[in-house]
Amino acid sequence: MHSTLSLSFSQSAAAVIPRSSLASVDSPAFAQSKPINLRFCGLRREAFGFSSLNKSCSQRICLPAKGHGRKVFASAADNGSAPKSFDYDLIIIGAGVGGHGAALHAVEKGLKTAIIEGDVVGGTCVNRGCVPSKALLAVSGRMRELQSEHHMKALGLQVSAAGYDRQGVADHANNLASKIRTNLTNSMKALGVDILTGVGTILGPQKVKYGKVGLPEKIVTAKDIIIATGSVPFVPKGIEVDGKTVITSDHALKLEFVPDWIAIVGSGYIGLEFSDVYTALGSEVTFIEALDQLMPGFDPEIGKLAQRVLINPRKIDYHTGVFASKITPARDGKPVTIELIDAKTKEHKDTLEVDAALIATGRAPFTNGLGLENINVVTQRGFVPVDERMRVIDANGNLVPHLYCIGDANGKMMLAHAASAQGISVVEQVTGRDHVLNHLSIPAACFTHPEISMVGLTEPQAREKAEKEGFEVSVAKTSFKANTKALAENEGEGLAKLIYRPDNGEILGVHIFGLHAADLIHEASNAIALGTRIQDIKFAVHAHPTLSEVLDELFKSAKVRAHKSTPVSEPVAV
Amino acid sequence: MASQFLSNATVSSPFSSSRPRLSPFVFSRLPSKPLPKRVFIVRSKIREIFMPALSSTMTEGKIVSWIKSEGDKLSKGESVVVVESDKADMDVETFYDGILAAIVVGEGETAPVGAPIGILAETEEDIAEAKARAGSKSAAAAAIAPSPAPPTSNPAPPISQLKPAPAPAVPVAEGPRKTVATPYAKKLAKQHKVDIASLVGTGPFGRISPADVEAAAGITPSKTNVEPVVVAQPTAPPKAAAAASAPSSLPPPVPGSTVVPFTTMQAAVSKNMVDSLSVPTFRVGYPVTTDALDALYEKVKPKGVTMTALLAKAAAMALVQHPVVNASCKDGKSFTYNSNINIAVAVAINGGLITPVLQDADKLDLYLLSQKWKELVEKARAKQLQPQEYNSGTFTLSNLGMFGVDRFDAILPPGQGAIMAVGASKPTVVADADGFFTVRNKMLVNVTADHRIVYGADLAAFLQTFSKIVENPETLTL
Repeated sequence: MHSTLSLSFSQSAAAVIPRSSLASVDSPAFAQSKPINLRFCGLRREAFGFSSLNKSCSQRICLPAKGHGRKVFASAADNGSAPKSFDYDLIIIGAGVGGHGAALHAVEKGLKTAIIEGDVVGGTCVNRGCVPSKALLAVSGRMRELQSEHHMKALGLQVSAAGYDRQGVADHANNLASKIRTNLTNSMKALGVDILTGVGTILGPQKVKYGKVGLPEKIVTAKDIIIATGSVPFVPKGIEVDGKTVITSDHALKLEFVPDWIAIVGSGYIGLEFSDVYTALGSEVTFIEALDQLMPGFDPEIGKLAQRVLINPRKIDYHTGVFASKITPARDGKPVTIELIDAKTKEHKDTLEVDAALIATGRAPFTNGLGLENINVVTQRGFVPVDERMRVIDANGNLVPHLYCIGDANGKMMLAHAASAQGISVVEQVTGRDHVLNHLSIPAACFTHPEISMVGLTEPQAREKAEKEGFEVSVAKTSFKANTKALAENEGEGLAKLIYRPDNGEILGVHIFGLHAADLIHEASNAIALGTRIQDIKFAVHAHPTLSEVLDELFKSAKVRAHKSTPVSEPVAV
Repeated sequence: MASQFLSNATVSSPFSSSRPRLSPFVFSRLPSKPLPKRVFIVRSKIREIFMPALSSTMTEGKIVSWIKSEGDKLSKGESVVVVESDKADMDVETFYDGILAAIVVGEGETAPVGAPIGILAETEEDIAEAKARAGSKSAAAAAIAPSPAPPTSNPAPPISQLKPAPAPAVPVAEGPRKTVATPYAKKLAKQHKVDIASLVGTGPFGRISPADVEAAAGITPSKTNVEPVVVAQPTAPPKAAAAASAPSSLPPPVPGSTVVPFTTMQAAVSKNMVDSLSVPTFRVGYPVTTDALDALYEKVKPKGVTMTALLAKAAAMALVQHPVVNASCKDGKSFTYNSNINIAVAVAINGGLITPVLQDADKLDLYLLSQKWKELVEKARAKQLQPQEYNSGTFTLSNLGMFGVDRFDAILPPGQGAIMAVGASKPTVVADADGFFTVRNKMLVNVTADHRIVYGADLAAFLQTFSKIVENPETLTL
């Protein structure tokens, strides 16, 4: 569920998260004065604003793409104290999806690469995130289908009561995680990536130490270093997580018990996906959301429809505009108690008594003990500050040479595939090709039933940008009800929405709610990444009958004034 | 039903505007049976506005807002109301000119598809009549609320006391507690118009579970509950399972017999009776002299006081002095003392049984109580009792005396501590303390109680108090 990035922190303070027992560095807690909202808008503005493509880092050495020597020599001019020869071309701290993506691409580019991992290969996504949650959601989707008498009857199917074995479901999730973990490890080993076990700490420029508790620490050097340490579940102050009745996604994915009634704090991707799982397995769910509406961060129209389909008809109720100021686990025969205070006035509003509480208030970067102080880098609420090329910025606002940070640790876009894309972008840069990742082309998905997916701007964001920059915005929509394949599946509930510029046909954002929305988004995200305009893509042919025709129809229904552009259209991102 | 109403509806492309417009409204002439349109164009002055079916899966709709208010003139094609279905918000337009005489279902409220939500009058003269109808409609709407079925069909009424066996896993904490209801329970309560505050939770920690609401609404529990499959233990003897599943012990039906399935009410009674087997009960009988009571009854009868009210009042007054008899045992571990004395009185009705409740019977005076009882009986007959009017009892009274029964034995309803069975009052020869024989009217009262909380001495003391009150009934009229 790493792809389920945090959308809103519903609490006003954060906790110190030690990176491991070995990392004994006592960094101060990253404090937050007000609720922060990690919505795409903030991140994307940055992505849009990439200004200069001129190479500001002239000190970077352009390496031959392939077959260069095992030892690399740095130019001594700008880095007097750094070692002259390195153990590796590239060291990646953290073997999550971001680190893995970077490592694979680095090997392809001929770099001698090592990856340092203090925990298990695969990181959050594979072990405690997207991967096991998809296993649970696969189960919940089937349960939902089998339980829907109306749906079954419409298809002419008869099924006797559906039931499940909790341990079996939990095992499925666990088996999937270990399978993917093995695949990931093997793929790196096969390519010759050195996997160094231990917690990595940056000692100085181009120098990293790593080691396990009780073993001597080793120091390795590399020409370039990528920080990819990811994130951990964020638990707001006042909430006592016991791992049994008050849990985070880490615990929930093990599915150790299915409570009758669970409160989910936070209605972003993580919360929404778990509500899908728990309600399918028979639980009742209460959402607690700090903002005034559920599902903040989604396009409002999609959010409204999603609420109508995913919340209202299910055994779910919700409290919005409230913080969970105190959550006490069940003990001494008492249920889990949740104190709710008004998000604005901070007055006590209500006390809930439930069987379990899932904290899904987002994720906090996992950067303590990384040795950032050795290179004069100060984190911002734990996030490592970076520029649009993922280059780390130090306390004085200068770039730290040869040091990059990707993924959740930089907080630009907390999605597994975004981390991987950032890693690939960094490898492109260190191998001599300037590259800036267009975050607006990175799709996001929420794997509820039906799924929600999106890429680019939401309608309000697009309108705000249009106002500022003085262009026009149009919206086109199509329904899944008109799609043959969706109707054949008896899943006509759904909406696809296109936000575009009618003057030049640029796609600003696409939002889909409906069957297999997560798979459908890529036609739109690819179009944004490649700069394809609507007037061009509308001539692309889709197989009939497929769900992809929803997008086909969407593009065709857009009214663009510009004519078909020249065969070579200029890409948005370079 | 709705689809036929919508046969002439034109739904515009669902995404042409932010809120698709739907026309026309669903109309029908009163009474609510759909008739050919031509007929009501000629005759109808007042039309009901029905909740339209905006989608094939819609069973109820919520009024988001009334665009028009009462008294507004409507012309054909105007948007009148915004309805939220399970799918979308839609503007609904009128199909006729007229005046919106009354709004039956207000903003934010929900109504099943086909239920009247407003009244349209053709002219101003019709408004008064339309309003009168609206009044009766809202009452009717409340009555049919538990079932989304249209008023013409025979809705399953919320009938009979239906309390699941109380078995919370954990004792309810001491002191007053706020009502805790699960999300689905709240949803169900809203749907079936059950007052959640009136329910007694039987779920974990005393919370109100969906089953409690379903029981209160008199509907059978939904089957959608997902239960984790219990994986059979390999050591479990397969024979036992087979025996449990096969109802082979039942004798074969006698030839020529007919099988009539239970009505909802009968099923509820059956369930309650089976549930009652888990409670250890005992009985204590007491003869009560009723000459004074009979005399009082003759006096107050012209004022509309019934014997039921007299007995209920007497029982309530006795319960004030013996709160333990008014208590209940919810979990087998504690006493739950009820703050109110609500006397449920068993009433036989159309092959069923229901227990309308005289709430706060100790506080109301005899005349109010009688009046209240009259209302309850009428409501019960019309199947209009609200859940709290038949499931909030703390003590039950059952009187078969009018049939000449001299004594009988009542079964304790789940969730209560005691039930009183009252026999007929009959002239009986009694010997007084001095050895003189006299004839007195005596009735036998038999109380069944939950022995986990009510002991023999408690019951004896209670009966003694009750007997004193009945023998000196002047206090009843105070």
